[in-house]
Amino acid sequence: MEHYLSLFIASVFVENMALAFFLGMCTFLAVSKKVSSSFGLGVAVIVVLMITVPVNNLVLNYLLAEGALTWTGIAGAENIDLSFLGLLSYIGVIAAMVQIIEMFLDKYVPVLYNALGVFLPLITVNCAILGGVLFMVERNYTFGESVVYGAGAGVGWALAITALAGIREKLKYSDVPGGLQGLGITFITVGLMSLGFMSFSGIQL
Amino acid sequence: MGIRQTLDNLEPHFHKGGKYEKFYPLYEAVDTIFYAPPSVTKTTAHVRDGVDLKRIMITVWMCTFPAMFFGMWNAGWQANTAIAGGYESMDGWREAIMMLLASGHDPGSLWANFVLGATYFLPIYLVTFAVGGFWEVLFAVKRGHEVNEGFFVSSVLYALILPATIPLWQVALGITFGIVIGKEIFGGTGKNFLNPALTGRAFLYFAYPAQISGDAVWVAADGYSGATSLSIAFQEGMASLTSQYSWWDAFLGFIPGSVGEVSTLAIFIGAAVLLWTRIASWRIMLGVFLGMVATSTLFNLIGSDTNPMFAMPWYWHLVIGGFAFGMVFMATDPVSASMTNQGRLIFGALIGVMTVLIRVVNPAFPEGIMLAILFANLFAPLIDHIFVQANIKRRQQRVGAPAEETA
Repeated sequence: MEHYLSLFIASVFVENMALAFFLGMCTFLAVSKKVSSSFGLGVAVIVVLMITVPVNNLVLNYLLAEGALTWTGIAGAENIDLSFLGLLSYIGVIAAMVQIIEMFLDKYVPVLYNALGVFLPLITVNCAILGGVLFMVERNYTFGESVVYGAGAGVGWALAITALAGIREKLKYSDVPGGLQGLGITFITVGLMSLGFMSFSGIQL
Repeated sequence: MGIRQTLDNLEPHFHKGGKYEKFYPLYEAVDTIFYAPPSVTKTTAHVRDGVDLKRIMITVWMCTFPAMFFGMWNAGWQANTAIAGGYESMDGWREAIMMLLASGHDPGSLWANFVLGATYFLPIYLVTFAVGGFWEVLFAVKRGHEVNEGFFVSSVLYALILPATIPLWQVALGITFGIVIGKEIFGGTGKNFLNPALTGRAFLYFAYPAQISGDAVWVAADGYSGATSLSIAFQEGMASLTSQYSWWDAFLGFIPGSVGEVSTLAIFIGAAVLLWTRIASWRIMLGVFLGMVATSTLFNLIGSDTNPMFAMPWYWHLVIGGFAFGMVFMATDPVSASMTNQGRLIFGALIGVMTVLIRVVNPAFPEGIMLAILFANLFAPLIDHIFVQANIKRRQQRVGAPAEETA
């Protein structure tokens, strides 16, 4: 239990997807103008990560990794190594997952669906999602760990984008030099936020 | 009224079409240092008061004086004690001034301690002021806003949280980053979201950890090495700390550390003035304090065999390191803190909790308050947002208005 808790905390703060690894930047910068819509997107990313990371964990361990097909009982299955199909399968799972969420939001939360617009299908190619999956693969997480890690990475990303949206709503009243307006100042803001998150670097959990 | 006349004579040159039109912000700054601004609120619905931002900032500036003067004395006292204990004094121009004014390293002499401390602190402050002032004026002239006394406060706070032995070029680099990236590119005072002084300090902290991380001690004597109270507690445990310094030493400020942060008592004198004049928010201070007490008590109860910091009680957290200074002067920065009343309590508590958390569980950083405040600054707008939205919702319900779609 303690192990899962520290994994969760580490993935939210110490290894924050957005502010420690700078993953998922395109949506992070583009949908962070309003707190409400970025919160919605954050929740969507949490859901996607929480499902895709464990699912891909199963895909890896029961289909792709070397000897993963042994359970089928086919002769010689323990020598099959399909891990070269990894990236393809992970993205496939993510794309399917996002499609389902999109349909769900369209039907039940149309306001959020309209607010997110094109960025919802773009979660498919959000590097934070694929990054989460690949970190899971690289670190050989078990199924339980991958659930916790997926949730933690999602929560961290959602926290970062909501905080950024809060700051950007405040910055509407700032007097930013012409050349820096818009994305320029957002990049600098994100850099400064990451400076604030450096307080966690070095924590060993 | 000589000054007024001189200023009035000069004024036309700085107006539109005048010779020095570009430098109007400079003229305005000098003018309003001496006199209340000519443009005052005329219509109703405003409280009319002689106190403007400038006076407020200058009050804060003066509130740092007890901590500053005590810190200078302490920096000198620490160094002189080390020198009297057999260490070599640092050579160079500081030594020359020292010999000229105080003729000797006597830790018992108030004057000798003060002079030695001043030869370290004043150059830092001067560099901060000159370099930071340069950027402030440059941006003011170029972008047409006023030179603001917010800079007085930022510069003095920045200088006070630096260790006495820091190289001066680093001082210049840090304040440049703090003022330009932390404040001016957002449009100047009141428009930034991070505390500029802390931004500069954090920049130095991560860029030059060797000089500033706080592991080795900041005493201006050649070859002297030791540890700050926080790293003693972290590495050797509370028993070792209490054997070297008593709680009263730490409270009064007879411990090594950055210039402004050593004396909790002197800081509290400043805090009393800030609270009395209602410049600083008591809610933030209370929040920081309660957050710190709660978290450190929690750690006391959990306990740990391997990490001695778990055992540090809250009253020690209060007096060592920069906690008191951060709580009084940094966390209460009205620009980068939360602005709603409930939000201030939450914001403060977040700082308190984070400070103890970083101090205790993060072995990379012995000190936590600075990073904790920066971290809380990031979430201040969000905290405000939540409370404002909750207020709107509550009022809509009270008047029975149909709740609008707020997405």
